[in-house]
Amino acid sequence: MKVPFAYIVRNLWARRLTTLLTAGGMGLVVFVFTAVLMLDAGLKRTLVSTGSWDNAILLRQASQTEIQSAIYRDQADLLETLPHVARGADGEPLVSKETLVLIAIPKKGSDKPANVVVRGMPREGIALRPQVRIVDGRFFRAGSSEIVVGRGVARGFDGTGIGERLRFAGREWTIVGVFDGGKSGFDSEVWGDVEQMMQAFRRTLYSSALVRLEQASDFQALADAVGNDPRLALDVKREPAFYEEQSRQLSQFITILGIVLSLIFSIGAMIGAAITMYAAVANRTGEIGTLRALGFRRASILAAFLVEAIMLALAGGAAGLVLASGLQAFTITTMNWQSFSQLAFGFDLTPRIVASATLFSLVMGLVGGFLPSLRAARLEIVDALRAA
Amino acid sequence: MFLKLVFKNIFRHRLRSLLTIAGLIVAILAFGILQTVVDAWFAGADMASAQRLITRNATSLVFALPAYYRERIRAIDGVTKVAISNWFGGIYKDQSVGNFFAQFAIDDNYFDLYPEFRVKPEQMAAWKADRRGALVGRLLADQFGWKVGDVIPLKGAIYPGDWEFVVRGIYEPKDDTTVTRQFYFHWEYLNEALKLKFPRRAEQAGVFIVGIADGSRAAELSQVIDGEFRNSLAETLTETEKAFQLGFVAQMEAIVTAIRVVSFVVIVIIFAVVANTMAMTARERLAEYATLKALGFGPAFVASLIVAESVAMTLLGGAIGIALTFPTAAAFKALVGTLFPVFNVAPSTVALQAAAALIVGIAAGLLPSLRASRVKIVDGLRYIG
Repeated sequence: MKVPFAYIVRNLWARRLTTLLTAGGMGLVVFVFTAVLMLDAGLKRTLVSTGSWDNAILLRQASQTEIQSAIYRDQADLLETLPHVARGADGEPLVSKETLVLIAIPKKGSDKPANVVVRGMPREGIALRPQVRIVDGRFFRAGSSEIVVGRGVARGFDGTGIGERLRFAGREWTIVGVFDGGKSGFDSEVWGDVEQMMQAFRRTLYSSALVRLEQASDFQALADAVGNDPRLALDVKREPAFYEEQSRQLSQFITILGIVLSLIFSIGAMIGAAITMYAAVANRTGEIGTLRALGFRRASILAAFLVEAIMLALAGGAAGLVLASGLQAFTITTMNWQSFSQLAFGFDLTPRIVASATLFSLVMGLVGGFLPSLRAARLEIVDALRAA
Repeated sequence: MFLKLVFKNIFRHRLRSLLTIAGLIVAILAFGILQTVVDAWFAGADMASAQRLITRNATSLVFALPAYYRERIRAIDGVTKVAISNWFGGIYKDQSVGNFFAQFAIDDNYFDLYPEFRVKPEQMAAWKADRRGALVGRLLADQFGWKVGDVIPLKGAIYPGDWEFVVRGIYEPKDDTTVTRQFYFHWEYLNEALKLKFPRRAEQAGVFIVGIADGSRAAELSQVIDGEFRNSLAETLTETEKAFQLGFVAQMEAIVTAIRVVSFVVIVIIFAVVANTMAMTARERLAEYATLKALGFGPAFVASLIVAESVAMTLLGGAIGIALTFPTAAAFKALVGTLFPVFNVAPSTVALQAAAALIVGIAAGLLPSLRASRVKIVDGLRYIG
């Protein structure tokens, strides 16, 4: 025979302050746990959506970032002759030869300069990134000192509104548009015309090249063609894979820090749950004796107290989740060590995270409530009744 | 009599008190470690000297400066020494975090600017005599088990190719704020190799470390240096070493802030736990408090009894937590020394931990003590907990 569920819930309600404090502590732990998972998910989504599966990116051999890479003009021209390179409506090969530099602009609110990626690209560069669209103003004109900025840059840095000018490489660059990169890493970049940028920065080399494949499955064939041409000492990567590599360290750091913190904090919360449940058992010794005398078995008593602890933890977990879901309105801008530039990303609440957080609070309730429930179940009827 | 009552009360519910104290220890410990992590972030800025300026390209760090700027900076009145430092960014073994360390190509007089790095004179001479020679920090040498004479292969990422260096000396730290996890080799060697392979990239400096005689003239001299190169192809930005290092931290401000916030969240969590314990304790003893009052003790006595019990418990837990912070920090350092080469528990951290324990103790005891002090004798005596 099972102890009625209503009895369990009403017990929690009877000691509201204690229930609130215990569930509150657990809620905060779940909040931290969820926030970290959300941050990591947000980072991953940002980088995965930065690349398209049917694009391939080419860098100089052994360079890990676009900043370190360099491609000669003749190498870049050879790329257009490679097999499986898609062609645009005008019959031109879809190859975007780009140059990439970092400039330091002051962050909003702190006026401390932070590194921002400036990407010079030809017209093809825009065509190769269909997820990017202008939300305000217009794209830069080829052959002019015009630039467009990503949403993350416009939001996070000073002097980046439309019509304002940025000064770098000995020139004034007019901002003519703000683009939305569909929550990708491009939101944290500034784009302009590649030839103008190379002149201004006095560069003769491209940084990287982006190539559209005829079909996503042609990647291996293209990689082989690049590998077999000794003139092209280049590495080929799928675009999403490249961006995933770019943030691996940051992602690892966030995950490890978050998991370690959550584990340590959960010890505190489980102790809180144990204290509450021990007190519940002590206060209700008489009740437990009565229940047993009425014919409820030890197992039922054990289950009743365990369910009570779990209910407590789930209430806390739900509160923590609600609190954490409010974080989705925020964006974090921080430096990605590997690319040495600022990257803006949000908190992303996925169903998997909700499931993990629920499971996490469930486990906290189980562990914290187990020993007190065991004590309740092991009480002898006579002693328990006498205690009341 | 008061203290005796407090201590007797703490250990009446031995299990509950022990659990609460255990929770406190964990929380105070976690708080201390997190604060230390934040401090460790600023380690580079802490070892910065007021007598060193750093001159870099005004556009951003990834742009180099012409090497001949060195002579022009040195000619400025008030500047004592100038040395080039180039970030090399080579890969040792693989790309994992554990194998990452900073490598710089430097001028031979660089170590004159950094007296906190102690090199034996004979090792310094051996390094200067070997073109491929390298000087490595004690921490780095210990981590990889390098000895003088070992050959270290690095795969160039910024400067392509396979590079080999020979360890000629191991420098020691002056004190425990000095980071010795760098790898230094001759800028000349890099420059000569670049002249052959990539002539356009030769004769360039990443940054200049500028030694000045008088630290109080730092701001003025920075302006003089930048004025020297205004409107040239490569304009410079000069700042103190500390500002330069803090600039790096500022770029990762969001993470530092997050860790700070989280370190306070753990205090709130433990507050909830302690407050809960005290609320339950006070509720169970309402009858006793009524008895005390009936005997003639005032409400203030009853209230302070509860607050004192709460504070005694948090201070006990706090003290153990603080004591454990030191061995834990040492273990943590051994584990992630590659990320945080300097990981010392600051006195301010200990003070913060103690303050947190005290505040939690007082705050947690306040609410239940209020209730107990207000209880009417009749109600209290009638109350069955």
